[in-house]
Amino acid sequence: MFQVRIHGRGGQGVVTAAELLSVAAFREGKHAQAFPSFGSERTGAPVVAFCRIDDRTIRLREPIMAPDAIIIQDPTLLHQVDVFGGLVPDGYVLINTSRTFEELGLGEFISGLRRERLCTVPATELALKHVGRAVPNAALLAGFAAVSGRISLEAVNAAIREKFPSKIAEGNVAAANEAHAFVENQLREAASA
Amino acid sequence: MLKQVEGSAAVAEAVALCRPEVICAYPISPQTHIVEGLGRMVDAGKLTPCEFINVESEFAAMSVAIGASAAGARAYTATASQGLLFMAEAVYNAAGLGLPIVMTVANRAIGAPINIWNDHTDALSQRDCGWIQLFAEDNQEALDLHIQAFRLGEELSLPVMVCMDGFILTHAYERVDVPTQEQVDAYLPRYEPRQVLDPAEPVSIGAMVGPEAFMEVRYLAHAKQRQALELMPAWADEFRNIFGRESGGLTHHYRLDDAETVVVALGSVLGTIKDTVDEMREQGVKIGVLGITCFRPWPAATVRSALAGAKRIVVLEKSLAVGMGGIVSNNVTSSFAGSPDLVHTVVAGLGGRAITRSSLHRVFAEAVSGKLDALTFLDLDYAKVERVLAREREQRRSGPIAESILREVGVVAAKIG
Repeated sequence: MFQVRIHGRGGQGVVTAAELLSVAAFREGKHAQAFPSFGSERTGAPVVAFCRIDDRTIRLREPIMAPDAIIIQDPTLLHQVDVFGGLVPDGYVLINTSRTFEELGLGEFISGLRRERLCTVPATELALKHVGRAVPNAALLAGFAAVSGRISLEAVNAAIREKFPSKIAEGNVAAANEAHAFVENQLREAASA
Repeated sequence: MLKQVEGSAAVAEAVALCRPEVICAYPISPQTHIVEGLGRMVDAGKLTPCEFINVESEFAAMSVAIGASAAGARAYTATASQGLLFMAEAVYNAAGLGLPIVMTVANRAIGAPINIWNDHTDALSQRDCGWIQLFAEDNQEALDLHIQAFRLGEELSLPVMVCMDGFILTHAYERVDVPTQEQVDAYLPRYEPRQVLDPAEPVSIGAMVGPEAFMEVRYLAHAKQRQALELMPAWADEFRNIFGRESGGLTHHYRLDDAETVVVALGSVLGTIKDTVDEMREQGVKIGVLGITCFRPWPAATVRSALAGAKRIVVLEKSLAVGMGGIVSNNVTSSFAGSPDLVHTVVAGLGGRAITRSSLHRVFAEAVSGKLDALTFLDLDYAKVERVLAREREQRRSGPIAESILREVGVVAAKIG
């Protein structure tokens, strides 16, 4: 089982991100379970959503306390919520920011993690450019697809097209494509550095 | 057709496939997405003939459902928590009148203190109202139980509550197999009411009944509910034949054959319990699970035989009879041939408290080693409770209880579990 935890704020499409990820995994023949942390449906409040992916039926209903991957939609949460709580030692981290881990003050934290599994994406900028709204979720999922290889970009884009009406979907797909390329490039540069 | 959808959307599709003629809707979390989904289908002309009625309260929702059902329409509504309590008088009336309304209860705690999260207090508060009560383990079963509920209710002329865990199921995206209209039509016949308000053949429904007949009417309600115990297992076979999967029935048995310790539970927590039991089985612990799908009527004989070989029983329930202990465990004890001392009650998950594998491991291991108390509150913070109790002893004006505990807990925004 592969477990993903997504942190963000109300209004950033955190719950939708987990749902989209589950749909993308389903489209690739996996079993997937997406669910929100309930109750904080207020704009701006910290929100957590979860997604489990497995090759067999998922029965477990507990919150994800030891995630294999963490997606952070809002870096202002870094010093407010224990976003990295329980992350497995070889886990993936994806942060929506145009800054580096070091610039975010995470240099020491990431020293214990596998560098090739960490990346940043300016997902909000990409969303503003392609969608016209600060909804970074689709771009982040594409970035997650690139860094983890757990799902394909095609499945993410198919999930986006299933969820949204065509005009909004195409903007998100464009943001997703650019985010995917951005992360791939980042990984290549890190590998050759 | 396999789909990856929210539990509420799966239930809305199931209800639509059952061709309801009247849907009464009043919003309350966490059931709202279900009636919103149905409303969109009616609005788009995908569900016809069907009247979607926005009512002014839950009391009106059930009252309108009663009127619709008495007029011969297949009627559906959904609610949760305080909404169920607000309609309680009409809930009893629907059962007393023998009207086969189907209602989803998206299980949620009851206030005060106000709490929108999941437990089973709402549905279990209505356990004696005369409705059949079915509990879904996952979203596939929630979908399937609605189809079964219309058939069962209409055959017996009794209302049926399909209970699914609020948020945990209603808001979870998971894989469901949505049947075809042909499959549902093959399983669920047209509604043939046993009683109907028909101007051509006038009758009155709901007459006053005095002491000379009330006991008999009540007995018949009991006898009719008991008939469901015969019908449900037989119809589960028929369901499997048409839909190609196991769903419904009275109980679910998991690794019970040689189980010395049996965990009994309702609803979605069964999934986490089964995962925990698998891990304990690998360590050689003889432990199994009895899931209760049909809570009313209570399947006493099935429970008794399922527990026949058990040396100890752990009833894990998301409900509390304040001043007494477990509600489900009281029912289980009444059906256990062994000593009631072997039945342990674990109250868990009240108001949405997460029920984790690690906590289940701990409490089941305590049961196996004979260290579990008769009544346990899973993951209760006794230190905080004790401090509040101490303050109450020390000062007369100790203040509101919920706020005292919140002060003890501190900021929760940083918590994940």
